[in-house]
Amino acid sequence: MTGAAGPEAREQAERTWASPGASPGGPDRDRPLTPIQRLVARFGRGLVIATPYGWLLLFFLLPFIIVLKISFAEFRLGVPPYTPLVTWLEGGYLHLKLALGNYLFLLDDPLYITAYLTSLKVALVSTVIALLIGYPMAYAIARSTPPWRSVFLLLVILPFWTSFLIRVYAWIGILKNNGLINNALMALGVIDEPLPLLNTEVSLYVGIVYSYLPFMVLPLYATLEKLDVSLLEAAADLGSRPFKTFLTVTLPLSLPGIVAGSMLVFIPAVGEFVIPDLLGGADTLMIGKVLWSEFFSNRDWPVASAVAIAMLVFLVVPIVIFQHHQQQHADRTEAG
Amino acid sequence: MAPYRTALVGGPVVAGLAVALSIGVSGAAAAEGTLHFYNWSDYIGEDTIPAFEAETGIDVTYDVFDSNEVLEAKLLAGSTGYDLVVPTGIFMERQVRAGVFQPLDKDKIPNLANLNPQLMDYLAQLDPGNDHAVIYMWGTTGLGMNVDMVTERLGADAPLDSYEILFNPEYLSKLADCGVHVLDAPTELIPIALHYLDLDPNSESRDDFAAVEQLIGPIRPHITKFHSSEYVNALANGDICLALGWSGDVLQAADRAAEADNGVVVDYVIPKEGTLMWFDTLAVPADAPNPDAAHAMINYLLEPEVAATISNYVAYASANDAAKPFLDDEILNDPRIYPPDDVLGRLFPDRASSQTADRMRTRLWNRFKTGI
Repeated sequence: MTGAAGPEAREQAERTWASPGASPGGPDRDRPLTPIQRLVARFGRGLVIATPYGWLLLFFLLPFIIVLKISFAEFRLGVPPYTPLVTWLEGGYLHLKLALGNYLFLLDDPLYITAYLTSLKVALVSTVIALLIGYPMAYAIARSTPPWRSVFLLLVILPFWTSFLIRVYAWIGILKNNGLINNALMALGVIDEPLPLLNTEVSLYVGIVYSYLPFMVLPLYATLEKLDVSLLEAAADLGSRPFKTFLTVTLPLSLPGIVAGSMLVFIPAVGEFVIPDLLGGADTLMIGKVLWSEFFSNRDWPVASAVAIAMLVFLVVPIVIFQHHQQQHADRTEAG
Repeated sequence: MAPYRTALVGGPVVAGLAVALSIGVSGAAAAEGTLHFYNWSDYIGEDTIPAFEAETGIDVTYDVFDSNEVLEAKLLAGSTGYDLVVPTGIFMERQVRAGVFQPLDKDKIPNLANLNPQLMDYLAQLDPGNDHAVIYMWGTTGLGMNVDMVTERLGADAPLDSYEILFNPEYLSKLADCGVHVLDAPTELIPIALHYLDLDPNSESRDDFAAVEQLIGPIRPHITKFHSSEYVNALANGDICLALGWSGDVLQAADRAAEADNGVVVDYVIPKEGTLMWFDTLAVPADAPNPDAAHAMINYLLEPEVAATISNYVAYASANDAAKPFLDDEILNDPRIYPPDDVLGRLFPDRASSQTADRMRTRLWNRFKTGI
């Protein structure tokens, strides 16, 4: 996600950082710096960069290492319910025991692989649907007049003011046999029997797309809003039809927004637990539910941790490769 | 197991409270400070906590949960800060073996004598010598049904008092269109299916599990949803016609339907084959900051009048024999809450199993639900 917004963010950062150096002329130019100012001048940039890295270190890397550690332990009944990795033996020997069985176990049973693949499929389909709905929305918002724009943006963000759980529950009321849609269709005489909507793949996709749509719309809006309208005018002047202009100008220029939005939808959707639990059918087994039952029903923290780590590797590696490509592509385009 | 119980009986609570306030609390004299009590949601009398605070001067910090698994994850992680928790029997058994709880100081709980010895014997199968836990409330797992919808589809002769309507695909297939929910926990349907097959409900044998799979495989297409709390509302609203659920929760659904006056009649059935019974227990974590206050609270909750007040309010059965005179007739005489002796004889208590059997059961459960 960060890489997707990278080129611009970096460019902006460079601009910002370049400004003091670029315009050294100023009333304070020759005044000697105080020690603090000198420190800031020397390490300020590092400090600013260190803050997010420190944050990531503390709230991402550290928990990750703990989970990684547990994934190499073995189950035992006790507090905590897993064996220690490192033990001191007599005579000052350090004994390190890594249990790889948890990972082999995941390969052994088709349950886990099937659940991973189902999760990937559900996340991918949801992302595509969210993109198809979100792009026109973002485009319309970016092209509307400023007063309307703030209203529309507010409407996109408005659902967040209600609890996520309540919004998902609301869909149960809309989709159930006895719910709004079925009652309305039956009252209109379109159907005689209620359509099975709730606890199916349909309701699952409705729930995920609905919940994550704002994460698609906002980054798309941010890119589309910055798009230089004169480019479109130039294309029109040169005789390009609107659709072709969209394909050759707007779409490529909004690619960073598409990538950022898709990542923001795809990644949480893969690990989604609440929506499949409340809206999905029993036969759509996603990895979040498998993780839940490993952790809570089996109480097997090591296997649950292995599932989580495997999911991360499964997801993060392709995404890193993808971003690397994006980056290279962006650099080439800039250089060209 | 009673996340959704609220008031069934409003009036008598006030009368019960007056009695509760007037009684002394023995054995609590030494305790003081703050008590951290972690209980199921909607699982205590309206004024139980304030009355206890007034009696003893102990401040109570009261917190609620709605799933045994969540409680267990906290207990196994350690340092919960809670002094008193309410795990269900089989979870408690395993937690005792994990060393999560401290032995109770029975001298500080003179009201232990009020408890039904037969039920405490059942509990002793889970906690030898009843050293770590006492029964708070107990109930059964059985069938919740929308009587009209089920009779309409199965006819008047259908065995509504039998698990056959759940396990026989011929019956269940006719209910699929109106909706069937099953508790989403491997520890409920599988022991019941084993018992239905005349096998040991606590069996850990691979063959027995295979027999269960053969029995329940054919009914899978007719089950709408596996969930452990949604059925309360779904039954009450008439969205589903059958659920394998917990006694109190189904009674709650019946109560809500009656209140809403929506024409839905929900009933709870303990099938004639017998079913699973479970106990929610009071236990003190080994690292409880204030075990004295926890003991004082346990003893208080076992006071006959206090126990009766709570049972009257939450409509779950108390294991407290001395409380019976204080119970409302409609609670005490409800066979769905207090089963008569012949039904009681057909109930079997749930038991914890080995880690291997747990894993086998969870795997069977996932395969059953998803076909993977």
